[in-house]
Amino acid sequence: MPTVLGLRCRECNRQFPDEALHVCDFCFGPLEVAYDYDAIAQVVSRESIEAGPRSMWRYHDLLPISEASPVDLGAGFTPLVRAERLGAELGLSDLWIKDDTANPTGSFKDRVVSVALTKARQLGFKVAACASTGNLANSVAAHAARAGMASVVLIPSNLERAKVMMTAVYGGTLVAVDGTYDDVNRLCAELTSERPGWAFVNVNVRSYYAEGSKTLAFEIAEQLGWQAPDHVVVPIASGSQLTKVDKGFRELGLVGLLDSVPEVRISGAQAAGCSPVATAFASGSDAIAPVKPDTIAKSLAIGNPADGWYALDVIRRSGGACGSVTDGEVIEGIKLLARTEGIFAETAGGVTIATLAKLAHEGVIRPDERTVAIVSGHGLKTVEALSGHVGPDHTIAPTLDAFDTAVGFEGLLGA
Amino acid sequence: MAITVRIPTQLRQLTGGVGEISVEATTVGEALRGLEADHPGFNERLFDDNAALRRFVNVFLADEDVRFLEGLETPVTDGQVLSIVPAVAGG
Repeated sequence: MPTVLGLRCRECNRQFPDEALHVCDFCFGPLEVAYDYDAIAQVVSRESIEAGPRSMWRYHDLLPISEASPVDLGAGFTPLVRAERLGAELGLSDLWIKDDTANPTGSFKDRVVSVALTKARQLGFKVAACASTGNLANSVAAHAARAGMASVVLIPSNLERAKVMMTAVYGGTLVAVDGTYDDVNRLCAELTSERPGWAFVNVNVRSYYAEGSKTLAFEIAEQLGWQAPDHVVVPIASGSQLTKVDKGFRELGLVGLLDSVPEVRISGAQAAGCSPVATAFASGSDAIAPVKPDTIAKSLAIGNPADGWYALDVIRRSGGACGSVTDGEVIEGIKLLARTEGIFAETAGGVTIATLAKLAHEGVIRPDERTVAIVSGHGLKTVEALSGHVGPDHTIAPTLDAFDTAVGFEGLLGA
Repeated sequence: MAITVRIPTQLRQLTGGVGEISVEATTVGEALRGLEADHPGFNERLFDDNAALRRFVNVFLADEDVRFLEGLETPVTDGQVLSIVPAVAGG
C-alpha cells in the first residue's frame, strides 16, 4: 500500500510528485514528504518495529522508501544513556544522552544519507554528491562506496583534518573549495541545475534526506519504553534535524505508536560565532538574518540556515528556547560530557552540552523534566579543537621514582 | 549596465530552458524586476506581496549574498553576474 502521498511545499502547499524535487517551482519554498498516516497506522505497530533490524530501518514504514533493501551501513538505534553524573552536575534529575557518535561514520548524518542514497538509487541516479561541513561528507562518501555509486563531495577547504581524511579514504571525488560552507552550498545549488543526473543529497533529494532525522525521535521514544520525553535539546546548523525531531514525535502519535501526539519541548543549541536562529529567538524576531560564521563548531557553521524559520517556529510553538555558547564553553562542554559520562563528542556535541548546561542554569529546563540531549557526532572528528586544552598531565622517565615524584599516591581518588 | 542573471532550473520554464539572461540595470532590484518584461512570471515568483524578495530566494552578486550588501538597492556594474539560488539544507 503506498503510504507516501507525494511532496508538498511548506510555504504555499502546492503538491508535487514523489521525485527528485526539493524546491517549489512557484515560491522556492522547501518541499516535504507528505504521508497517508491512516495507511501507515494500518501496517505499523510497536511489535512490528521491535521485530525489525537493530538500526534506523526498523522504522521503514515511517520513511519515504518503498524498496525493501536500503543503502545501509547500520545507521541508527544508537544508545540512549541515562546521564546521572552529568545530570547531578547540572541539577537535572532525569537527563539522558542520545549518543549518535555511535553511528557507522560517527555522526547522525548516517541516518539522513542512508535514506537519501536509497531514494537516489531508486530514482536511477548513479552519482551521489553533496556540500558538507564534514560529517555529511564522511557519510556520503561511505554510503556511496557501499552502494557502488560514484560520489562527488564538496567541502570548505579549512575543514578539520580527520573529516577530510574520513571522506577521501572511500575513494570518491573530493573537492575542497576556498570559501565558507555557505559558499560551497551556493556552488552546489548552482551545480544541481547544471548536473541534473547527479543526486545532491542536501539539494535535489533533500526532501527525502531530511526525513532520516525523524528516526532520532522514534528511537528516543522507543528506548524510553514508548514514551516521549518532556524536553529535547538539539544542535542547529541548517535547522533540519530539529524540525524533523519534532515531526518524528508528532508522527508517533499520528500513527498510533504513542497514545496521542506528545507535547515535547524542543530547544536549539548554536555556537555564538554562528547563531542566526538563537539571535532571532532572543530578539523575538521572525526574520533570520544570515551571518558569516566564526566558530570552532564547524559542523554547525551555516550562516544562512535553510530551515531556520521552521526551527524557530518549532522552538516557539513547543515552549523551548534557543541558546548560544562561546567557543570556550564548547570546549568545556566536550570535557564535561567526557568526564561525567565517558562520551567523547565533537564540537557540535560540545555546543549541545554547553547549551544544555546554560538552559538548566537559567531554569528554562526544569530540574525534574525528562530531558534528552542529542550528541550528534564523535570527538575524534575534531580533536584539533582540544589542542592545548587536554593532554598528558606529566611526561616522565620510565622509573618508579619519576612516577612517584610526578603523580604520587594522593589526589587520584580524592584520598 | 548590461549584467548576466543566472537562472536556476526551477525558473527555466519561464525562459524557455535558458540558464542565463542578459538585462540592463543599475541595481540588483532593477535587474530582477527587469526579467518580467520578456519572461512574464518572474515577479510573482521572486517577490512577495510587499515587493520584498521571498524568504527562500537567495540572490548573489559576484558570489556575495546581496543581504550582506545593500539588498535590492545594491548597485551593479557592467558585466557582473547575478545568481538566483534556492536555499538548500545541509551540514
